[in-house]
Amino acid sequence: MREVAIVAFGQSDHVPDSAAVSEVEMLMPVLNDVLGQAALKAGEIDFVCSGSSDYLAGRAFSFTMALDGVGAWPPVSESHVEMDGAWALYEAWVKLLTGEADTALVYSYGKSSPGDLREVLTRQLDPYYMAPLWPDSVALAALQAQALFDAGAADERALAGVAARSRTDAAANPHAQLRGEHPMGEHVVAPLRRGDCPPIGDGAAAVILAAGDTARGLCDRPAWIRGIDHRIEAHALGVRDLTDSPSTRLAAERAGAFERPVDTAELHAPFTSQEIVLRRALRLGDEVTINPSGGALAANPMMAAGLIRLGEAAARIQRGESRRALAHATSGPCLQQNLVAVLEGE
Amino acid sequence: MSKEPVAVVGIGQTRHVAARKDVSIAGLVREAALRALEDAQLTWADIDAVVIGKAPDFFEGVMMPELYLADALGAVGKPMLRVHTAGSVGGSTALVAANLIAARVHGTVLTLAFEKQSESNAMWGLSLPVPFQQPLLAGAGGFFAPHVRAYIRRTGAPDTIGSLVAYKDRRNALKNPYAHLHEHDLTLEKVQASPMLWDPVRYSETCPSSDGACAMVLTGRAGADRAPHPPAWVHGGAMRSEPTLFAGKDAVSPRAGRDCAADVYRQAGITDPRREIDVVEMYVPFSWYEPMWLENLGFAEEGGGWKLTESGVTELDGDLPVNPSGGVLSTNPIGASGMLRFAEAALQVRGQAGEHQVAGARRALGHAYGGGSQFFAMWLVGAEPPAT
Repeated sequence: MREVAIVAFGQSDHVPDSAAVSEVEMLMPVLNDVLGQAALKAGEIDFVCSGSSDYLAGRAFSFTMALDGVGAWPPVSESHVEMDGAWALYEAWVKLLTGEADTALVYSYGKSSPGDLREVLTRQLDPYYMAPLWPDSVALAALQAQALFDAGAADERALAGVAARSRTDAAANPHAQLRGEHPMGEHVVAPLRRGDCPPIGDGAAAVILAAGDTARGLCDRPAWIRGIDHRIEAHALGVRDLTDSPSTRLAAERAGAFERPVDTAELHAPFTSQEIVLRRALRLGDEVTINPSGGALAANPMMAAGLIRLGEAAARIQRGESRRALAHATSGPCLQQNLVAVLEGE
Repeated sequence: MSKEPVAVVGIGQTRHVAARKDVSIAGLVREAALRALEDAQLTWADIDAVVIGKAPDFFEGVMMPELYLADALGAVGKPMLRVHTAGSVGGSTALVAANLIAARVHGTVLTLAFEKQSESNAMWGLSLPVPFQQPLLAGAGGFFAPHVRAYIRRTGAPDTIGSLVAYKDRRNALKNPYAHLHEHDLTLEKVQASPMLWDPVRYSETCPSSDGACAMVLTGRAGADRAPHPPAWVHGGAMRSEPTLFAGKDAVSPRAGRDCAADVYRQAGITDPRREIDVVEMYVPFSWYEPMWLENLGFAEEGGGWKLTESGVTELDGDLPVNPSGGVLSTNPIGASGMLRFAEAALQVRGQAGEHQVAGARRALGHAYGGGSQFFAMWLVGAEPPAT
């Protein structure tokens, strides 16, 4: 199998409200950043793939605007997933494996600020049996947290520990939306407190992938994708064990995560309780550094937060701070769909 | 390491109608998926991954509906990808699935595209609010009609050409039991007398709004060896995109379309598409797009596409049949329309197109486009495996 690496990663500053800029304006500096890191022009990239959501943008075909910003002229080989950018990266990885492309630009972005995100996400649920009840994303995560409490796998104190560690670590992340100590506050939906929930905000991220020697030529320390896989679970919460994440575990197995221990894990856990679910599913012990970036609890731009986990893990390998890192992305209510990648240095 | 050859071993589609009130969204996609599995004589357990596509989520009012459809498509415990590249999405989705096989990531993949347009109003779903767009561009027809007028002015095509395409495609649809429109009483005069919607596009020269789904099972060489029916082999596939609007854009014959076709022909070793390709399923939502795409795809010289249409070359019994299935003009569940083109091309080279079969079809082109004539996806399928 062809070797593919992340050779550049960039992200915007994640902010509660980016009304002053359009999605394209939010994205452009990030694209220029990663292209600059790799010393490439957009026209020199073999394949482009992006992830975004029309429902967040509030208009059909919203991704066409971003493509205009990429400068797709002369025409480019290009695709788009209505998913987090982590899955756009997956599609690009497959494209590189076929040998039809040696480099790929992957980007994703989301603006939650124009709407009420908790209400918008209810439209993601089964339209016949669940969506008419409008259960919002925090309420569903609270069900999951309560299931974890009932199983004796966590308590409010453990959750507060995750929140404190994440935001303390985020103090060193200039892009994060919530940095430094943050009060746990009142219950939003019991047992989840304000501090257990991610900030709602706007942001963008981009990655450049390259294969084999092309990657070595573009970057001193490529972060090689040793394995990547994703799996989905049933949609109906009633048929799932919410305290476990079998799809994450299976994706990790298929990605080779359990073949050797990782030293770092960037987990896309928007809620503190979900980090605990994921750590259990991935059997990550205390020796593993979890979310040194602060994770989704510090910045959770929809459609980009998963891609950012891959980017943060790669950046740590490129800086020499990790030798083998796991990156995870999630989508859907209560961790329904999960992607796991294993990244290593040379 | 060479790529794994990709074979289409199962094809299924729903009955397409204006409103499938008898099924849920899950029921609709499952109907197509089960038919594809049955055609391949496989079960859900044989499928390694699911790649699904559809056009904007507003058409059904469900955000990222693949999450809810995971159960219905047997995807639980498997990888599931959701593609969205505007109107070309059905084609792009098939190509993403094909790459999973070509790269040997998976052995057998189910790919599916759908739209259940009766859940909303697609025309207004495509009419963007101010300030994204001027308020007079109602629906896709309003966007494309000026490009058609530019084509007519550029080529001097007689103004009846569009009606010939519509009359042909609607008659072809009578031979396709899955097609949405079965207008037994249609005459050329009726097409030409139908109300003008967006000058020069008349009501009968416009695609309908349909509920429907299309599914295919893709596999590699080993899977093809076990297949009960002859497979269609993918000889080339490509996507190209360009910006929506910019100074110098050729909206009549976009460069992205030409580049995409050239890439597919290069992969398939085609040097003379008019001679070497037996049948074309192209994305013609408004009648005039047949002559326009004939030129864009290299089947006619610039300005000559309408002459092929006028002389009957693109008829079902012509020298280069275009849209024997009845095409988008007869069936348009938007997200699925591109995959229907890809699947109908595959049916032709498998010899399984029934009454609308083109005799002796060995190589067929499936074509899809979307957005403001800016997203293109195509594949060329053949009855023989590709030379490796």
